[in-house]
Amino acid sequence: MPPSRKEGTFMDERQRREYWRRNLRLMAILLTIWAAVSFGAGIWFVEPLNNIVIADFPLGFWFAQQGSILTFLALIAVYVWRMDKLDKEYGVDELEEEVHHS
Amino acid sequence: MSDIQIWTLVFAALSFALYIYIAVASRVKDTAGFYVAGGGIPAPANGAAIAADWMSAASFISMAGIVALSTNGYDGSVYLMGWTGGYVLLALLLAPYLRKFGKYTIPDFVGDRYSETARMVAVICTVVISFVYVAGQMSGTGLVFARFLNVNATTGVIIGMVIVFFYAVLGGMKGITWTQVAQYSVLIVAYLIPAVAISTTVTNIPVPQIGFGQILAELDGLQRDLGFAEYTEAFTNSNMLNVTLMTATLMFGTAGLPHVIVRFYTAKSVRAARFSALWALFFIALLYTTAPSIAAFSKLNILQDVSGTAVDNLPGWAQTWADVDLISVDDLNNDGIIDYGADAANELTINNDILVLAAPEIAGLPAPVIGLVAAGALAAALSTASGLLLVISSSIANDVYYKKINPQATEARQLMVGRITMAAAIVVAGYLGINPPGFVAQVVALAFGLACASFFPVLVLGIFWKKCTAMGATAGMITGLVVTLAYMLWTIDIYGNSDGIFGITETSFGVVGMALNIIVTVVVSQFTPKPSPVMQELVEEIRYPGRTKLVEAHAHGDLPPDVH
Repeated sequence: MPPSRKEGTFMDERQRREYWRRNLRLMAILLTIWAAVSFGAGIWFVEPLNNIVIADFPLGFWFAQQGSILTFLALIAVYVWRMDKLDKEYGVDELEEEVHHS
Repeated sequence: MSDIQIWTLVFAALSFALYIYIAVASRVKDTAGFYVAGGGIPAPANGAAIAADWMSAASFISMAGIVALSTNGYDGSVYLMGWTGGYVLLALLLAPYLRKFGKYTIPDFVGDRYSETARMVAVICTVVISFVYVAGQMSGTGLVFARFLNVNATTGVIIGMVIVFFYAVLGGMKGITWTQVAQYSVLIVAYLIPAVAISTTVTNIPVPQIGFGQILAELDGLQRDLGFAEYTEAFTNSNMLNVTLMTATLMFGTAGLPHVIVRFYTAKSVRAARFSALWALFFIALLYTTAPSIAAFSKLNILQDVSGTAVDNLPGWAQTWADVDLISVDDLNNDGIIDYGADAANELTINNDILVLAAPEIAGLPAPVIGLVAAGALAAALSTASGLLLVISSSIANDVYYKKINPQATEARQLMVGRITMAAAIVVAGYLGINPPGFVAQVVALAFGLACASFFPVLVLGIFWKKCTAMGATAGMITGLVVTLAYMLWTIDIYGNSDGIFGITETSFGVVGMALNIIVTVVVSQFTPKPSPVMQELVEEIRYPGRTKLVEAHAHGDLPPDVH
């Protein structure tokens, strides 16, 4: 039995608020990590981190030239995956849409 | 004709034939096809197209050289992080919502969400940013032709114009998208082969991203001996403040560039828009994680094989580039030995742009690989040029001609105007490529600052803040643009040459302009008429994927024109 829906939409008011809150929370977490690896590990703490050497890479330098990029990719992957799950949970299934002229 | 020239010609001709074949196969008959490829591109293809669109001649030809030479290693990271970090912002903050809104251009979103004044400001920003950018691509095309085929740069630019003309005018966004998929494939193969070869030769590790770790200690040591700062040492060229601000400017600027954002309209659905961002960054990361390894390996090679050798005994690849003046040796102390160093006694100058183009020769790879790299560089320049030309054409044909001048225009007429503006834009871009204004190199970097200070906040606030008003957004956009532009003119070497505030460089200022934009938008929005309840409801609806009533009504033009 699908949850009751507002006409022409997929969710009622309460579900909409919930869906949006969960989306915002996911975004906040991912953007915090985004800032932490790039500005944090790659720039502000690069000097202390460079004293740690892993697989011949000074760690701060590695974050600035490799690690941050790989983390960005992982962040978008997690976002896509979690949003897919969220959409499914809230019964969003009609995903094909037209683009339009106004 | 040398072997290298023959192979370059073969690969360039083969790739151009492929692009023209795609152009003919994907002709379009309607405006939806011309502007957004009918919104029907699958996510992986859209991602590859975004990657090709995004990675310009600068990414392909110059970036590794900038990291290795002009920013001495670590400090080049601003480009690596800045030009990839923006995709996280695009994926999380813009792509799904703009796709749900489902328009043709960025000014379209700005105009529908805010007001007609805001639409025109957005058209101006789009056209200025895109022309600045496209001039660099066209002159990049000329450079490759001149170096590898010995034709003059002007002829090179004209050949490039003809090719772009073919697929962009015939196929619009559809032709451009599928050509870009092909161009991505060419450029990434061309970039990876020399990198893998060098890494295997030097370290026995075929993955360059891992391999270049092995040489960092040696590189640091060599640089120290010659009086350079160590390669991995941070903040040797610019301080922490500027590195932070410039990285942020490039990130937010990436997320505000019209030719990248418009790509999310071409995705099939909201879900496909999210996946497009993922595929795009995946394809981009392949090149962007390889670039620093090419940088490190080439730098090591230069320090070992060029520095300290006899002036008349340069390695073969260096001699080729010295012949065209992109490497210059000046034996200041007349000892017959090249002294490479950080001080005034330095006798070796290497142009940033040759590092990638020389990589196959440095690695001792055969002529066909060198030809392939040249074709890859052409693909990078042409794909970005065509994406930029499309947003210029669609902003003028859709947002100025159709929305302002002739709203009664038939579909066929709009399409014709689109093709004509495209053709005109190609001619202007070609002219700029042949006669680049002296400051073009700086201006390309500045385009990011302008995109960051003008578009990004207006788009994000327009989506996430229902009560953001038209006047607030317009005032914010103008403030960001004007302040940033003024600061650039004040500090850039060829004009004001001032130290600026806190020593912030012109390329790092965009994010400060963005902060001002946000403050102005928020403050003005408090005191100006709120968006209509219908508009607020519409903004609410774009938060949820799937069909919704208002977005659908908006799509079919059933909302009153004064809905703002």
